[in-house]
Amino acid sequence: MNHSGAEFLMLRSKTNTMRWRRPALSESSFRKILSIAGVFVLLLLVAIFFSLVIASFPSIRNFGVRFLFSSTWDPVKSEFGAFPFLLGTLATSFLALVISVVFSIPISIFLGEYSAQGSTATFIKSMIELLAGVPSVIYGFCGLFLLAPLVRMLEMKLGVAPYGVGIFTASLVLSIMIIPYSASIGREVISLVPSDLKEAALSLGATRFEVIRKVILPYAGSGIVAGILLSLGRALGETMAVTMVIGNSNFIPKGVFSPANTLASVIANEFTEATGSLYLASLIELGLVLFIVTTIINLIGKLIIRRMGVEG
Amino acid sequence: MKEPSIRRRILYDKLFKIIVVLITFCSILPMFFILFFITSKGISVISWRFLTQLPKPVGEIGGGILNAIIGTLMLVGIGMAFSVPVGILAGIFLSEGRKGKLASLTRLCVETLQGVPSIVIGIIAYIWLVVSMGSFSALSGGVALGLMMLPVIITATEQTLKLIPGSLKEASLALGVSYSRTILKVILPAGMSGIVTGILLSIARVAGETAPLLFTAFGSPFMNFNVLKPINSLPLMIFNYATSPYPEWHTLAWGASFILIILVLGLNLFTKIVTKRWKVQF
Amino acid sequence: MKYVLSFIMTLVILIAATGDGTAKEQELIGAGATFPYPLYSKMFDVYSKEYGVKVNYQAIGSGGGIRQLTNKTVDFGGSDAMMSEADLKEASAPILHIPTCAGAVVLTYNLPGNLQLKFTPDVIGDLFLGKIGKWNDRRLSDINPGVKLPDMNVTVVHRSDGSGTTFIFSDYLSKVSREWKEKVGAGTSLNWPAGLGGKGNPGVAGLVKQTPGSIGYVELIYALQNRMPYGSVKNKKGNFVTATLAATSKAADTNLPDDMKVSLTDTDAPEGYPISGFTWILVYKDQGYGDRSEEKAKALVKLLWWMTHEGQKYTEPLEYAPLSKKAVEKAEKLIKSISYKSSVIMK
Repeated sequence: MNHSGAEFLMLRSKTNTMRWRRPALSESSFRKILSIAGVFVLLLLVAIFFSLVIASFPSIRNFGVRFLFSSTWDPVKSEFGAFPFLLGTLATSFLALVISVVFSIPISIFLGEYSAQGSTATFIKSMIELLAGVPSVIYGFCGLFLLAPLVRMLEMKLGVAPYGVGIFTASLVLSIMIIPYSASIGREVISLVPSDLKEAALSLGATRFEVIRKVILPYAGSGIVAGILLSLGRALGETMAVTMVIGNSNFIPKGVFSPANTLASVIANEFTEATGSLYLASLIELGLVLFIVTTIINLIGKLIIRRMGVEG
Repeated sequence: MKEPSIRRRILYDKLFKIIVVLITFCSILPMFFILFFITSKGISVISWRFLTQLPKPVGEIGGGILNAIIGTLMLVGIGMAFSVPVGILAGIFLSEGRKGKLASLTRLCVETLQGVPSIVIGIIAYIWLVVSMGSFSALSGGVALGLMMLPVIITATEQTLKLIPGSLKEASLALGVSYSRTILKVILPAGMSGIVTGILLSIARVAGETAPLLFTAFGSPFMNFNVLKPINSLPLMIFNYATSPYPEWHTLAWGASFILIILVLGLNLFTKIVTKRWKVQF
Repeated sequence: MKYVLSFIMTLVILIAATGDGTAKEQELIGAGATFPYPLYSKMFDVYSKEYGVKVNYQAIGSGGGIRQLTNKTVDFGGSDAMMSEADLKEASAPILHIPTCAGAVVLTYNLPGNLQLKFTPDVIGDLFLGKIGKWNDRRLSDINPGVKLPDMNVTVVHRSDGSGTTFIFSDYLSKVSREWKEKVGAGTSLNWPAGLGGKGNPGVAGLVKQTPGSIGYVELIYALQNRMPYGSVKNKKGNFVTATLAATSKAADTNLPDDMKVSLTDTDAPEGYPISGFTWILVYKDQGYGDRSEEKAKALVKLLWWMTHEGQKYTEPLEYAPLSKKAVEKAEKLIKSISYKSSVIMK
């Protein structure tokens, strides 16, 4: 009886084998394929970095470190310096950051603490997250046609040149675009504050405001900062919306209402027509600088978030 | 030290709440404004003619956005062809080899890639494809978009697969199913809804991208199905028309924006609902 | 679900790959100047209807046209700027400048009331150097007696991209203002001392239209199509000339060199408009480079012949000056010299 049972099992397994149409990959070769995919991604990033470096080489060799501090961008004389664009990028990004923080921190507090569940919360959360989904060119379009005339009226009232476009307008548009990034991270870290800490404070007689101020914010502080860093990274690299409303001037901006250019917008404007390989290499070097700066900021932000244990 | 009175503290508390609620509700306003303006200015332009015709030369009334719509679909298609297979495989790799050195390094690269500004991706696609092929093409634009889709798909795949209970994999292996089959035919289908959601999100992200297409896809007033030739896309068209001085082109741009925003926001909302409904999480 | 996805992807790739089936009809790619864009877009639309050849021209600025032709990523470039020695050296093969029409660069402005302004060369130079800050400055009111100039700031609008229109304008200013020549010079992309940048002729027109108190330079048709005012300019002979078709043609009626690389600015013609210029199509003299087919070279030559002959009838309705008989003769010689490998294409 046992004998036929074993035979039966073997027969069964044989038919099972025969039903498979082709032999399966062995585990090690499949794992190899997987790691090739991983290595591919690695190589991709390395290739991107090196392509940028190699293509900017004529410019690096010609200008050296001077490139970052020179404020002349003169294609006629082949003199290129990145300073006006570094300034433009930093000015718009930081101004946008300041404006957006005014909104994103209250949003994080609202969604993380006051109203964490319920349909109002979901509605507001979705609305804010949809802001991140609107394409950049549409932000630029709306900024150009809706915001710029308003800014122009403001400038005429203030007696400043009524450009309508410039650093101020670009920062406004940018700030709206980056709100969702810091708001959602901020919300997450605030909601992760352990409730026993909050309850302890409440039971000691603190008002909700005081709990937020003295318990939640200090605890979630670094997470909120990380979220802000991420939205900064986003702002630094933003191209289309900024290009459409920044006024396109290659000079050091004189004030917050002046036209300017950012690293990204000057590349967008002048890339297809850079006559002369030094010109093109200088533009690519700007791209390299942008790449390095955004990568560093993004990685710092992600590192902090990971330390706090939040799934970014 | 004089302790502020209870009444003062309660006042601050109430004030704070009011300010927070007010600011929060104010921050939804931009979204409303954008939707309102685009819809009001764009919807009057939408007609069957608008959707099925090609653009007309400067100064002539009429014309449509058909080539831009097809172009966007094609570019996204090419991007998917490149990023979906690689992305899913890499995502599986990351979820399977969690602690390994290669895995952590790869994860770092994925996060870095996600943060690369779209214009830099455009420069890369130009160097890699346009210069070497000697012409602008839909292919180069599609690859640029694919590079941007890749990190989203990888992350979505990794996170989805991480959430699948290990017991499923173990049961399959215990039954004698080979490792590769377990992954491809058991685990992957189980996580398919999350992965598809990730793909849809990546599409939503790149459908509206203009910067990487400026010097790769180049734009075209004609209909084009050839991958090796330049091609138009919705965001490119909006950019070109919006920055022109012709009011007729502005109206077309509003119409195109309306279509684009419906497409992108629609995808976003859809994925949100799907995520909730099917309890997919990542 | 996975199968549906892969099915869709395969379909897309198939459609994309089979696109070549329709490529029996030639497609030519060009890029460059925005100056003649309204004309070219009309010309190419007509050409595709009459001959079935699609010409895809993207107006990215003359600098872009030169760059893309040098990179050989386009079949022809459009430019109102003549290629410099350095540009030609980089291209490494001879490039022909084939004129298609002449146009005028006008000064358009945004001021209240329907003002018709006059400009003199030195005033234009100083405006764009940023030295005249207000519209009711003495120097402007001196040459515009009886005109009520407002007390507004002058906002200069220039090109942010590499532009042939800028080339023509700065070439003119370099001739009439020594300060301009030393400080800024002539070229497609300048180190502008002041103002806002717009992308392309359309960008500048758009900015001027929206910014009160601004002044910018654009090709005539852009000011006309947008119903924007433009000023008359004092020419070399002392006459204030308004840019018209006739005035541009008069400026173009000058000694034409065989290679047609000539500047029309600061013309000697008494009724010529001083800020005029030719616009050219740039092509390689020897079309047998890379893997270009002979069909494509032939198609390009046919297009160029059409643009300089039958296509000329589209210039006047758009206020561009058509090529004079002399200019067409020179253009014909240039087109006939285009060769494919070692044999001339058009006999």
